[in-house]
Amino acid sequence: MAVEALRCKECGERYPLDARYVCERCFGPLEVEYDLSAIDASALRARIESGPASIWRYADLLPFATPPASPLPVGLTPLVRADRLAERLGLGEVWVKNDAANPTHSFKDRVVAVAIAKARELGYSVVACASTGNLAQAVAAHAAAAGLDAYVFIPADLEREKVLATGVYGAKIVAVEGTYDDVNRLCTELSAEREWAFVNVNVRPYYAEGSKTLGYEIAEQLGFELPDRVVCPIASGSMFTKIARAFDELVELGLVARPERGGPIFCGAQAAGCAPVAEAFANGWDVCRPVKPNTIAKSLAIGNPADGPYALELARRSGGTIEAVSDREIVEGIELLAETTGIFPETAGGVTVAVLRKLAEQGKIAPDERVVVLNTGEGLKTLDAIADAVEVIRIEPRLEAFDRAFGLAGAAAS
Amino acid sequence: MGVTVKIPTQLRSVTGGEAEAVIDGATTVGEVLDRLYERYEGLRDRISDDGALRRFVNVYVGGEDIRFLDGLETPVQDGDEVTILPAVAGGR
Repeated sequence: MAVEALRCKECGERYPLDARYVCERCFGPLEVEYDLSAIDASALRARIESGPASIWRYADLLPFATPPASPLPVGLTPLVRADRLAERLGLGEVWVKNDAANPTHSFKDRVVAVAIAKARELGYSVVACASTGNLAQAVAAHAAAAGLDAYVFIPADLEREKVLATGVYGAKIVAVEGTYDDVNRLCTELSAEREWAFVNVNVRPYYAEGSKTLGYEIAEQLGFELPDRVVCPIASGSMFTKIARAFDELVELGLVARPERGGPIFCGAQAAGCAPVAEAFANGWDVCRPVKPNTIAKSLAIGNPADGPYALELARRSGGTIEAVSDREIVEGIELLAETTGIFPETAGGVTVAVLRKLAEQGKIAPDERVVVLNTGEGLKTLDAIADAVEVIRIEPRLEAFDRAFGLAGAAAS
Repeated sequence: MGVTVKIPTQLRSVTGGEAEAVIDGATTVGEVLDRLYERYEGLRDRISDDGALRRFVNVYVGGEDIRFLDGLETPVQDGDEVTILPAVAGGR
């Protein structure tokens, strides 16, 4: 196992592998540091390929000295070749990484599985989070599977379905009167006062590592090759940067080669109603100006993105971009993916597909590129988004009524 | 009664463990922070760089991020609460 220490991404200061997330010297974020030099690549590949059908097949590259027991399997979700989507957009090769196929139907199962495994290793008996839905459900489910108590802090106006889909696992739900950013600030303060593992606060460095498994899986599922381009949603910016880190590690290990044309190119996707990272990208800023979110893509509505500066650096360094799309384009993106692949994404997936479409229409994607687009959540989580887009034709239970509605009278006989 | 500043755990090693500080006579967030820097040696370098806040430091007045207000020029008055927090949290 290669895990070494926590290291500040800003100033390089090192810390032991305990529950901390911020550098005491400069307030920079901490990241898990590994020493990959002693890993034999071919032996690692064999371990991966013979490993469990879950994220734990990549345990060598996750922050544990020994692979943890994890009672609810996560990951190894399908990478689906989307030829009809590619054809519709005039592209050559498009794949959809469908992370809706996780236990609580979003990519959050990855980060939470890692965070809760770490919380148990560190001796915590209570886990908590600030969330607007996907994270809440994942924390509640994985805590239930592990036998830990869970406190989930949500904005008080959260939709009923999301509250119920969290509460069913037995988590204590705390409705906070405020926005997500208020809830997050409260949890940051609480994390200093309670001996709890807040998955996206004091164990965040480990939590964030879970997103690397998306990158490992994409590479493995492409036959240990990297795509030319990744289109990925951005909320805090953490997943976006961790997929790149996963690819970098695989290259460093010699398990994959860089694509011949260079890259992969990283393109980030945001909703126009909450686009602090896209705005900073467009203006050439290296930090984000926080915004007050107003979009249907609520799972991406972080107005104050913690990893914004690193997401900006990655998009620029890789030759990519960060684009924003309107709520209308998001709904069209949901429909486009559903109609061409049979995969029904939540609004975040609609954002990502809409940005893919925008880039394709702008001619920014070469016809021979291999593109991977991420769907990070299940469409049933955000049904309201498409309520006005679905047409139902109502008829009486008679053949003539059907023929009248569809204008097919006599068609069957001809 | 002054302005109450809430100090995050990560900075308490330079405040002698104090979790709160009361600052009198300051009229802006910038002045509050300057007074804090005078009071606690080593604090300035931890959260600021060339006179500006480091990019991973968030400051709130009454719960509102000062970047939605007037930044370091945001006015404060007696009874206000200023909170300093690491920006690195979140991911919903």
